[in-house]
Order: sequence, then C-alpha cells, then structure tokens
Amino acid sequence: MNAPDPPLLRMSGIGKSFFGVNVLEGIDLDVRSGEVHALVGENGAGKSTLMKILAGVHPADTGHIELSGERVEFSHPVRAQQAGVSTVFQEFNLLPERTVAENVYLGREPVRRGRVNARGMADDTAGLLDELGITGISPHAAVRTLSVAQQQIVEVVKALSSDARIISMDEPTAALADHEVELLYRLVRRLRDRGMAVLYVSHRLKEIFDLCDRATVLKDGRRVDTVPISATTPTELIRMMVGRPISTFFPDPIEGTRPGPVRLEVAQGGNDRLDGIDMQVRGGEIVGLAGLQGSGRTEIAHALFGIARFTRGEVRVDGRRVALRSPTRAVREGIALVTEDRKTQGLALSQSVLANGRLVLDSVLPFRARSGARRLPGFFTSLELVARDTAQEVRFLSGGNQQKVVLAKWLATEPKIIVLDEPTRGIDVGAKRAVYTLIRELAAAGVAIVLISSELQEVIGLADRVLVLHDGRIFGELPAGASEEAVMSLATGSHNNGREVA
Amino acid sequence: MTRTAVPTAPGRIAREAVSRLVGGGSGTVFALLILIFAVIFAINPSFAQPPSMLAFAKQAAPLVILAVGQYFVIVSGELDLSVGSLVGAQVVIAAKLIDGEESRTVPVILLMIAFGALVGLVNGLVTTVLRVPSIITTLGTMLVLYGAIRLWTGGAPTGALSEAFRRPGRGGIEDLPVIGQLPWALLIALAVGAAALALTRSPYGRTLIATGDNDTAAAFSGARVWRVRTTAFVLSSLLATAASILIGGFAGVTAQVGDGLEFMAITAVVLGGVVLGGGRGTVIAAMAGALTVEALFTLFNQLFLPSTIQPTVQGLIIIAAVGYAARQRSTRSP
Repeated sequence: MNAPDPPLLRMSGIGKSFFGVNVLEGIDLDVRSGEVHALVGENGAGKSTLMKILAGVHPADTGHIELSGERVEFSHPVRAQQAGVSTVFQEFNLLPERTVAENVYLGREPVRRGRVNARGMADDTAGLLDELGITGISPHAAVRTLSVAQQQIVEVVKALSSDARIISMDEPTAALADHEVELLYRLVRRLRDRGMAVLYVSHRLKEIFDLCDRATVLKDGRRVDTVPISATTPTELIRMMVGRPISTFFPDPIEGTRPGPVRLEVAQGGNDRLDGIDMQVRGGEIVGLAGLQGSGRTEIAHALFGIARFTRGEVRVDGRRVALRSPTRAVREGIALVTEDRKTQGLALSQSVLANGRLVLDSVLPFRARSGARRLPGFFTSLELVARDTAQEVRFLSGGNQQKVVLAKWLATEPKIIVLDEPTRGIDVGAKRAVYTLIRELAAAGVAIVLISSELQEVIGLADRVLVLHDGRIFGELPAGASEEAVMSLATGSHNNGREVA
Repeated sequence: MTRTAVPTAPGRIAREAVSRLVGGGSGTVFALLILIFAVIFAINPSFAQPPSMLAFAKQAAPLVILAVGQYFVIVSGELDLSVGSLVGAQVVIAAKLIDGEESRTVPVILLMIAFGALVGLVNGLVTTVLRVPSIITTLGTMLVLYGAIRLWTGGAPTGALSEAFRRPGRGGIEDLPVIGQLPWALLIALAVGAAALALTRSPYGRTLIATGDNDTAAAFSGARVWRVRTTAFVLSSLLATAASILIGGFAGVTAQVGDGLEFMAITAVVLGGVVLGGGRGTVIAAMAGALTVEALFTLFNQLFLPSTIQPTVQGLIIIAAVGYAARQRSTRSP
C-alpha cells in the first residue's frame, strides 16, 4: 500500500561507520514539504555525518534515501544538487573575489553565443534576492565585501537557483551576530512558505523552539525520537539528547588532594570572541569548562596560552600579573596547553617519540632541556606508553599513545597550570583511563587544572566545579556532581538568568 | 596492567644511530657514493692514491659547506636560492676591496661575514614576517645580488685577492708523508660538518627540524617559529660566505663564480634524502649528497663527457630523488 503523500525526503535505516567505528546506525528521518525540521544532539551524535550523507559527500553504508517516494543514490555532491538537495555548510564554498551573481551560477553559467551571459545572470540573481525579500545585497558586489550573514544568504540563493527542494543547514547561526539571526529566521520562514523542506542542524534550543516544526534527536549515532516541537519542552529535549547514566568510570580524587591558594586568576578577560571572563583556579583544583562547540571553550584555552590573547582584563599567575603575549611567555609562566587537535597542533608526526617529548624544553627552555629530557622515560613509563622505542616516529603510534607523548611533553616542563582541551578525544578506553588518572595525580601535586571537554560526563565526573560557557561568556557555574541536564540547559542558553549556582 | 617501559638501552642507541643515518631515505646516497667511487677507481686506479683523493676533497669542500647551509633551510621547510649569487657577490666584493693588499684581508673577511649575515637576515625576515614564500624571497635576493654586483663592477670583476685570502682554498699543511698536502679546505669542511652535527642535536636544531615537520605544533609548543627559521637562513648565508672564501681561493675571481651553485647545493641535499618541505633527513646525508654530486661530475670527467652535460644530469637527479623520496614515504606510511 502506498502512502497517499510521501514525504519530500525520507532517509531509512541509514548507517555509516568510519574505520570500524559505527557513527550512525539505523537512522530514519522524514522531512515534509513546508517543514523546518530540526536535527539535534550532542557533539559527536552523528548530525554532521548524516548531513554529509544527504549531501552526497559520504556514501551511506546501509539504508537508502527517497525523494518524493523515489529512491535515489547520491554518489557525488553534484548528484545530490541535481536532485534538488542543497546543503549550506558551516564553511562557505564561496569564491571571495567573485561577485554574488558569479558565485550563484558558479559552474553552470548561462551561456549566450558562446559567452557567459553576465547580465542575465545578474538579473536572475536579483530576482531571486527580491523573491526572498532580501535588500542590501547587489548581484555585482564581490562576496568578500559581504558580512557573514549576507554570505550565508548568497549560499541559500545559490541553492535556490539550482531548483533545490530540500535545503539542509549546518549550524547556520554559529557565525552570526544577534541582529543577523533575525535575518536568517526570516529567510528560513520564506523558504518554508515556498513549500521547501528545511533540515536545520543547531545546538541552540532557543532557535529550535522559535523556528522549527519537528525535531529529530540523535544520540551516539542512533535516533532517539522525532517529536513535534509544539508537544515538547526544552528540558525534555535536553533529556533526550543526554539520556544516559553517569558511569563510575572516573577515578576518585587522590587522598590528601586539597585546594591550595589561587594559582590562576582571570579578571574580566575578553577579546573578539570572549567577554567578561572571570575565573579562579586553585592549585590542586580541577575546573571544568563546558559549553557547546563555538561557545568559547577553546578560545579561553588559546587566550591563556597566548595564541589569541585576552585584549581586555588581566591574568594573574600565583597572584602576579602576567602578560601572556605568546605561547613562549605562557610556557615560561608555567602554563601548559594540551590542544584539542593532536595531529595538527600537538605533534610533529614525522619526528620521534623522544623529539616530540623534548619539543617544549628544546624550544623554550634550552638550558633545562638536557635535564628535563632525562626525566621523559619516567613519564613514558608511568603513562604506560606503548612504543617500539623512543626513536619511533609518533605517526606510527595509536591515538592514545600519541596523546601520552603530548602529555609527557608537558609534564617535562613541570607546569603550574595545565589546560587540557579535549584530552580524550579519539583515544581508546584504556588511554582515557590513563589520562583521568594523570589528571588526579596532577591535582594531588598542586597543579591548577582547567579541563575542557565535549563529553559532559568527563567534565562532571572529574571537575570540582564546572563553568558553563555560552556565546563567549561564562553563563553559569555548577558544583561537582551537577547533572548533565543542568549543564546542557545552561550551555544551550535556554536558562537565561545569568550566573547561577545550582 | 603491566607497565611497558619504552626501551632506551645503549645497544639500542647505537642501532638507532645507524638506522637514523641510513634510514629515512638517506641510505641510498651512501650506496650511490660507494658505487660511483668504485666505478671511478675501476676506470682510473690512480685516483685511489691519497693525493688525488685529497685533491678531490679540496674541490668538494665548498659544496659540502653549502649543502650544510642548504640543509638547515630545507629541513626547516624553506628553500634558499640565493646562495650561488651570494658566493659570487662575496668573491667579487673581496677582490675589489682587498685589491691585492695583504693587510686588508682580515677586515674584508669580517665585512663579508657581516654582509652574509645581513643577506640571511633579510631572507629570513621577509619570509617569516612578511610571509613571502621563501622560494620567491630568495629568488629575489638572488637576482638583486646578481644585478647589483654587475652594476657595481661594471660587468667585469676588478681588483685582486690577497695571498692570505687564497690560502684556505688552495693551501694546506704541506710535506706530510704519504699524503703530501692536507688541504685546509678539507679541515674546514670537517669542522663545519662536526659543528653542524652538534647543532642538529642541540635544542635549537631539534626545534628547527620539528618546525619543518609541523610549524603549528612547534608554535603550540612555544617555539618562536619566525626566529627559528630566520636563524636557518642566516646560517645558510654565513656558510655560503665561508664557501665563497674557499672558492675564491681555489678558483680565483671570474664573472661566473658562484653561478648555479644554489642548484648544486639543492641537488646535493635532496640526493641525501632530505625531504623538501622539511622535517626529515640528516645533515650527514646532505654532506654525503654533496660528495656524491662532486664524485659524479668527476666520473663524467674520467669518461671524457663534456661538462655541459652537468645541468641536465642535475635536473634529472633532483626530479628522480624527490620522486623516489615521495614514493618511499607513501609506501612506508601505515
């Protein structure tokens, strides 16, 4: 029996694994014509992968996609586009030096008498902009002169010009200022009124409740549920996104660990991504930074390490005001940063285990390098590093062992303050356990620890306090053992009552 | 859980040293060097006599020194095309300023060192601070030096070098039993090689190689990438200055002196298995690469091939060596 009106888009049983890890499993998703459908979930729930499968970037391992009841195969992004599925990714695929019209018609310029019909192209673009009620963008303007929100509109117009019926948007407001968000809302509503299907990926619950008709919740690569927005509440949605018990995986603090005097103090720190950051971390204390991607977690880490420094406010280390102008200065002040991206920022992959372990000593503290390097084998052993020998190139090590090399590199500098940005991303359970144990040991030794993680359990399970960030500000502070729901509701900005202590 | 100690036993260290020397795409150059010498000795057994070998060493010393300088730049992820012109400029400057006066030798050499350091500093700062790709920066420096010297001298070099200036390139410890003359050039090249080896094992050298491998990771580890790379350019220019003293002494002053040396140095380094783009290869292998290039040209002489064949062979070597390294690297990756 055929359904009377098949949905515009139907994805059934979609599964995908990378390198043997299941990223998606049995995902069903329907999007109707004239609907804005939210796709929500924590970082790593599989939203982006699902979007990329829809866009034809990755092929699905299992399951299939139907458009208006017809089965389609997207072997290539162009095929998806031709079928009427357009995707607006976070990074725009626009050519900055070309005009708006040239970008809209990129790769399929209308041709008249063997030449590109520039006027026709500009007129059609202007028509589309008009239809969407957009003013202030000229088809002749170079894309680089437009604001981020306007560039996003150009992306949407580009999608429309190729007769898209389904538009999926990945975190469209992530890069927008508040007043620009309103512009995007209007645009999305117009698309809906034209009978298109919009798949809207966002972390921000407020947007989902403002804009969307239904929401599908993903968690750990599976679909939890699809609910009409009118029949749910932010709290319930969060519970669906989090929905798991905190395991007893995290080691307890080591006997005798006591918060000492304040080692790190930031007062009213700010730069172009952060504002009004006040935080204090005592020796022996583990302070968690939670928040969604782009909320300013990594920005704080980078500011403390002198990469994108605070332009306002002041930073004190052991009560002394310091100018963290560069990573070199930060290292000299006793600050260590374990970066979130191990392969591009953490390691010189073609160099040996020993060379990577020595790198900070060699580059910042050359006179201590020899004595510091002598202690490296001890760190390697206590971290249970598995490598053939210290001359082995780190690119041949597993992710967990690579991370141990990064940790050893910083331990060798005897830091007073250590900032760990996603220290367990992409490493196996055994290595995670080693990292957790190390964090506890460092705390016992009086090191001030700032722990950043997308895995809420990790922050909650280890930190003495959790600062929750949203839009570059500290939105609230929660004590140890806070619930994931409490963190998420602050992180998604659905609690708008400023700094609170639950 | 068992605690896995990562071995660093002494036996390992020796084996490591050998594998580091021979491995990483550098093993081939030693095999090639031995092969070429075997062929030379087979054609002309008298070449194996100590005096001929030392004459060969004297001739090869400048290129070995240039290869060391080029190694530092290449391993940091950059390229220095200006060394050939710099050698030419330095020889011409020396001839013009010394003008045959023995007493001016030392002041002029000091001036040359300062000038070399300045050229390296400009190369380095333009590349790192202004972010001009080094291939363009040093191509520019190469042309500027080339043109400026011809402008200054009016096309033909003038003046003369002093005897003292020519001694390092030509002379040596004389009248030794069996070997005859022990050239200063050989001793200087050996000293440069030893110093370079020590430098690559120093904190600076380690930081330099890591920077060439991944400059973001180096910066996130606190390295001042601009300073590290600029220093490499200064080293390259200073070593080119040293090479110019040997070349001036050995070959005298001509308008062509230094021509094409930058490509010979790059050929030598690449042949040594040092990967363009940085982070891989040893300074010993780079020096072996220089010897191999010189040996190959000596072999061509023995075979009575015209010297005009040299650029063609160099071009083929560069392409083949880089292609070989790329292939080896891709098959070695997991």
